[in-house]
Amino acid sequence: MINYDKILSEKVKTIKPSGIRKFFDLAAEMQGVISLGVGEPDFKTPWNVREAGINSLQDGKTRYTANAGLIQLREEICNYLDRRFLLKYNPQNEVLVTVGGSEAIDICIRALVNPDDEVLIPEPCFVAYSPIAALTGGKPVPIETKAEDNFRLTAQALKAAITEKTKLLIFPFPNNPTGAVMRREHLEEIADVLKGTDIIVLSDEIYAELTYSGDHVSIASIGDMAERTVVVNGFSKAYSMTGWRLGYAAGPTPIIKQMTKIHQFAIMSSPTTSQYAAIEALKNCDGAIKKMRDEYNMRRRLMIDTLNNMGLTCFEPEGAFYVFPSIKSTGLSSEEFCERLLMEKKVAVVPGGAFGESGEGFVRISYSYSINHLIEALGKIEEFIKSL
Amino acid sequence: MDKLLNLLSENARFTDKQLATMLEMSEAEVKAKIEDCEKKGVINGYHALINWQNVDPQYVSAIIEVKVSPKRDHGFDEIARKIMEFPEVESVYLMSGGYDLAITVSGHSFIEVAMFVSKRLSPLDSVLSTATHFVLKRYKDMGVKMHYEADDERGNISL
Repeated sequence: MINYDKILSEKVKTIKPSGIRKFFDLAAEMQGVISLGVGEPDFKTPWNVREAGINSLQDGKTRYTANAGLIQLREEICNYLDRRFLLKYNPQNEVLVTVGGSEAIDICIRALVNPDDEVLIPEPCFVAYSPIAALTGGKPVPIETKAEDNFRLTAQALKAAITEKTKLLIFPFPNNPTGAVMRREHLEEIADVLKGTDIIVLSDEIYAELTYSGDHVSIASIGDMAERTVVVNGFSKAYSMTGWRLGYAAGPTPIIKQMTKIHQFAIMSSPTTSQYAAIEALKNCDGAIKKMRDEYNMRRRLMIDTLNNMGLTCFEPEGAFYVFPSIKSTGLSSEEFCERLLMEKKVAVVPGGAFGESGEGFVRISYSYSINHLIEALGKIEEFIKSL
Repeated sequence: MDKLLNLLSENARFTDKQLATMLEMSEAEVKAKIEDCEKKGVINGYHALINWQNVDPQYVSAIIEVKVSPKRDHGFDEIARKIMEFPEVESVYLMSGGYDLAITVSGHSFIEVAMFVSKRLSPLDSVLSTATHFVLKRYKDMGVKMHYEADDERGNISL
């Protein structure tokens, strides 16, 4: 009899599974649950993009592509980053096409972090950064972001967390789960703090297109930040291509080169069909994105207004498709709130604590669902609160 | 303006307050715009989309293709207006192509609808011929998928 506990990697065993998963598993066993916990768009991939993928299959494009991705795709990515965010990258050596933004995050961390290097992670945030940093042997250092700062990373908090071991700052804005957005003035303050250091920034901009009231500004476009920033973005959220598994990283050549090396050994090249579909998406979907963003925006306003009116104070999230209201007025812990809401009213939302300790007292509610479902769910949440 | 109309055509029961919040307008502005559309005939009514077959399994609808000889000076207007007056007739459209008027008629049984066509519709002056097609099953109506709760396909994989 093999004792698997003895043979599995020690590091892997210490990584805790996502707190969100256990919740979803619970909800999956129930019937008729309205799930506002899902971090996936309810829109399907635009038809012209699906068609481009299908056509590429019919044309027999089923082989590996260049490691870094089809050169036409890298060129379109550079066009896109320039026309949308004024970022200038060279498609030959500053862009890598990855399996989702997720892979870009993973290999960027692996390309940079030595054992004991400190990785600064503003929390609450997406659950993947910390475990991957730990797996690399790095030390994840959470930085608390607060509701009174609209969950932005402040220059002071950043300064206080920097030590001579700090290698990497994870910079996820617009943020999952809080919906926080860093505007130009905030980015300039952060850039100021990092000036003269050797700290690299992993800017996870996967929700960039879902920025309301004003365009997204990338930290890589501020001053001379480009030489220390790796921009990670992708197709999952903006183009509803979650299942196609495609993303990209853009940054200084030496970093992208090492990332490409890891990518080459671990993945070879990203899915070919997805790459062809993505070229079409970048070329012809600016209009579709705008329509989707307007739709999300309507839902966002409805959520904020309704939640605030029922006593769950909710600062205004300016990006992504999540609201992060405080449930402190109910006196319940985040987990209790979510479990009871699920059991009693069959509405699933995610406890804020799953995203970091500073998320305790909040819940993440996603509005990537139809307005009618949202209204129904909000009604049930209100009933639940009244019943307490 | 289009956004307001789109929302109302999706769900006429949004409250003025909900519409105002979603569209970043004041409630007064929303009320005024709706009244204006009603006056101008842009919004012509708010009707619940009922699946009558759930209420009465015998309930049936038909789409009837009508060929008409148009009157000099009046074209099709006169005959269309006559047909419009029957309460059984839900819609009357002037069509291009192989026939002139498409009308939809509903009733409590096949016989009732068939009798309407033979006794009231066909004998009208100007009606040359009718072809009645009964609706067997309604999959989608007015943009709504009928008796079909789309499963949430998103699953529970995302983080």
